[in-house]
Amino acid sequence: MIAKRYLRNFKMLSLEDQERLKKTKVLVAGCGGLGGYVVEMLARLGIGWITVVDDEVFEETNLNRQLFSTVNTLGKKKALVAKERILEVNPDVVVNPILTRIEEKNAKEVVAGHEVVVDALDSIPHRILLEKVCEELKIPLIHGAVAGWYGQVTTVLPGDRTLSMVYKNHKEGIEKELGTPSFSPAVVAGIQVCEVLKVILNKGEPLSKKLLYIDLLNQEYQKIELHF
Amino acid sequence: MIKVKLFATLREGRENEIDFEFFPGINGRFILEKLAIPEKQVAIFLVNGRDYSLDEPLSDGDVIAIFPPVGGG
Repeated sequence: MIAKRYLRNFKMLSLEDQERLKKTKVLVAGCGGLGGYVVEMLARLGIGWITVVDDEVFEETNLNRQLFSTVNTLGKKKALVAKERILEVNPDVVVNPILTRIEEKNAKEVVAGHEVVVDALDSIPHRILLEKVCEELKIPLIHGAVAGWYGQVTTVLPGDRTLSMVYKNHKEGIEKELGTPSFSPAVVAGIQVCEVLKVILNKGEPLSKKLLYIDLLNQEYQKIELHF
Repeated sequence: MIKVKLFATLREGRENEIDFEFFPGINGRFILEKLAIPEKQVAIFLVNGRDYSLDEPLSDGDVIAIFPPVGGG
């Protein structure tokens, strides 16, 4: 018997698929612009366990784009707000908030035990660290990044090392000049969640060794095949 | 002829696509210099869909795509 809340997931998902999602542990690194939307969508999809890693509190400058930031959540820890929110959305989901930043010293311990990791971080060196740790632990990493009208998504399967290539000369991107509006994180997060689903259920073609580069200003979507 | 396609912010003040006359020895560094694109603004430099070194010589007919780094969350 399928729970009524998942009825509209059918027949895109089968009963077996839905049960599989319930048994899956996903880690979302970062609960800001991308992470908020990602957590919300994973919970509505029916992922059974979501670990949310973020050490920051909501600030007024987050209100233009971060889903869980409201006037009532300012000053509160993002990962704890995520847990409260998901309890309202889907109490069947276990949300495990971890109030830290993923660093060299804790990364392996934090990431271990998850089936898929979502990169919703805002720092390039930390993204590369996450890629390295996911490779060591053989966990697929779903990367997303945004800046102004632009965004990118790739699925890093263990060994792909896509982020090390894409960011090889950079510690920061064009987001430092452009900022980030409300819509680009929502677009990129949606594609990341779709990749999470595909990797878990082994459906379709994930963006492994491919970078989807999104230009919302011109509505151009480039799927770049990376050979390196 | 070498076709250069620019993406995102690299289009500001430039055409989206620029053609370069081929000559032996022309490379990515020459093209970036001609387009006044600082190397630090380039995350991905693809030649015919492959990651390429800026110093490697290009071939007649190559298609180049240049993307700036996107890193925000």
